[in-house]
Amino acid sequence: MAATALHLHSDLAGRYESNPATRESAWVKWTVIGVSLTFFALFILLPLFIVFYEALRKGWEAYLVALVEPDALSSIKLTLLAAAISVPLNLVFGIAAAWAIAKFEFRGKSFLITLIDLPFSISPVVAGLIYVLVFGRTGWLGPWFIENDMRIVFAVPGIILATIFVTFPFIARELIPLMEAQGRDEEEASTVLGASGWQTFWYVTLPNIKWALLYGVILCNARAMGEFGAVSVVSGHIRGETNTMPLHIEIVYNEYKFSAAFAVASLLAILALVTLVLKTFIEWRATQTLKRSKT
Amino acid sequence: MPAFDSPQRKGRFMSSHNALPGFRLSLGYTLTWLSLIVLIPLSAVFVKTMELSFEQFWAIVTTPRVVASYQLTFGASLAAATINAVFGLLLAWCLVRYSFPGKKIVDSLIDLPFALPTAVAGIALTALWAGNGWVGSIVESQFGIKVAFTPWGVLLALVFIGLPFVVRTVQPVLEDLDFELEEAASSLGANRWQTIRRVIFPTLLPALLTGFALAFARAVGEYGSVIFIAGNMPMVSEITPLMIITKLEQYDYRGATAIATVMLIVSFVMLITINSLQAWTAKRNGKIK
Repeated sequence: MAATALHLHSDLAGRYESNPATRESAWVKWTVIGVSLTFFALFILLPLFIVFYEALRKGWEAYLVALVEPDALSSIKLTLLAAAISVPLNLVFGIAAAWAIAKFEFRGKSFLITLIDLPFSISPVVAGLIYVLVFGRTGWLGPWFIENDMRIVFAVPGIILATIFVTFPFIARELIPLMEAQGRDEEEASTVLGASGWQTFWYVTLPNIKWALLYGVILCNARAMGEFGAVSVVSGHIRGETNTMPLHIEIVYNEYKFSAAFAVASLLAILALVTLVLKTFIEWRATQTLKRSKT
Repeated sequence: MPAFDSPQRKGRFMSSHNALPGFRLSLGYTLTWLSLIVLIPLSAVFVKTMELSFEQFWAIVTTPRVVASYQLTFGASLAAATINAVFGLLLAWCLVRYSFPGKKIVDSLIDLPFALPTAVAGIALTALWAGNGWVGSIVESQFGIKVAFTPWGVLLALVFIGLPFVVRTVQPVLEDLDFELEEAASSLGANRWQTIRRVIFPTLLPALLTGFALAFARAVGEYGSVIFIAGNMPMVSEITPLMIITKLEQYDYRGATAIATVMLIVSFVMLITINSLQAWTAKRNGKIK
């Protein structure tokens, strides 16, 4: 999805504003800025601010109590576990897919890219449902797993599967356009000079894609930790066992313990902010690297 | 070992197709993993739906409560994507064309709806727009509109989650726009508004439509941020993904799957639309440069 691609900014505002042919009058400029920023404040800043405001409304003590409550702690552990498994798996998949798609020509390539994109355009609820259909009591593989005393859906493995599904394209989509643009000359030179495939990947390809790779990992991780709809369908909502942080927030919120719900929510909001800071940093570093390689 | 300039050696060098290793391994792994995680589980929806006759399927997906959910989901998604197209375009314009204090922070925070978990967004928006919330109390006393727990709340949540799509698709195209085009228009006597309408806007249009389609596609499937603020009243403020959840909670797997099939078909259509819009954007920008 283009909207999440690593994008290198070049700030040209000064150039536009200093040229009479490419600028608007001052009142148009400030009206447009005023309208845009009001919208921005209403839809981005206020929701972000109110999470922390509501979380700390009853004081720090209540805040910490809400976080160290056993159900909250176990939801944090499960969220970390789901991310720790799904992100590396999608990382390996992303690199393999990008290597095949960007470095080789084969028929059906654009169709393959579309298939990789599928999880982005499917409702999270449908994503959860498909695993219930496969692993549920009446599903394809469900009866076999139940006979062998293994639970997939309404248990932790289902949560991990659903998380892998919703974060499936993130890393591949970050790498494919970049590796396509870089071509295969450097890798070919390395191979011709006698490097093995792994050496070529490790010493030639990886340094070229490291920022995009990190970017993909960060976005993938944010989504993995925050997924709600898909995980909600396959979770079974067993307190202390199959609740991730977003599901824990829902339960506590529906019990009208608003401060406790916002306390856990504030952790995820901090995660979102850290994600955005890292993202901005990576964009800045990638721009620097690009500038240096040009000069 | 053959001499360096032997035809054999040269031939291998020229047809660089076999020069890089790992094609079979990487493609094989990609296809296997894709099938296991995505394709086979997805096919379960269609296989399960096939157990129904067409009449049964049609009866499930056209019950009044489900139809009301389509109207809300698609209507609110369309409205939200339109609002996003307008304000997203303005925001992208500000970020590319104007200098103002705090610009870098605004630029970074635009992606918040991507990064903030939907459940967190849902409870935050509800707290803000409920009758006793900061914004909700003002809107209710000044305009007499209840936002939270009505279809307006659904619209609001969908505007929130769709905003970055338009900004992030329009922004790079706006950045790549050629200075000289605008200078030429200006020197040929066009005023600023004419230049924007006749020169800049047509160039941005494919990207704007792509952003609109991405925001719409995301909104149609959205669940987490909506259910907290929607109130979820049958026939009034139930979205289609919630109908799937409701059927599942009643162990009505067939009903859930039938509605999921409808949503999947919509997803496929949107995916194709977005792909062709992106191809159009790329082509249009290639031409301009």
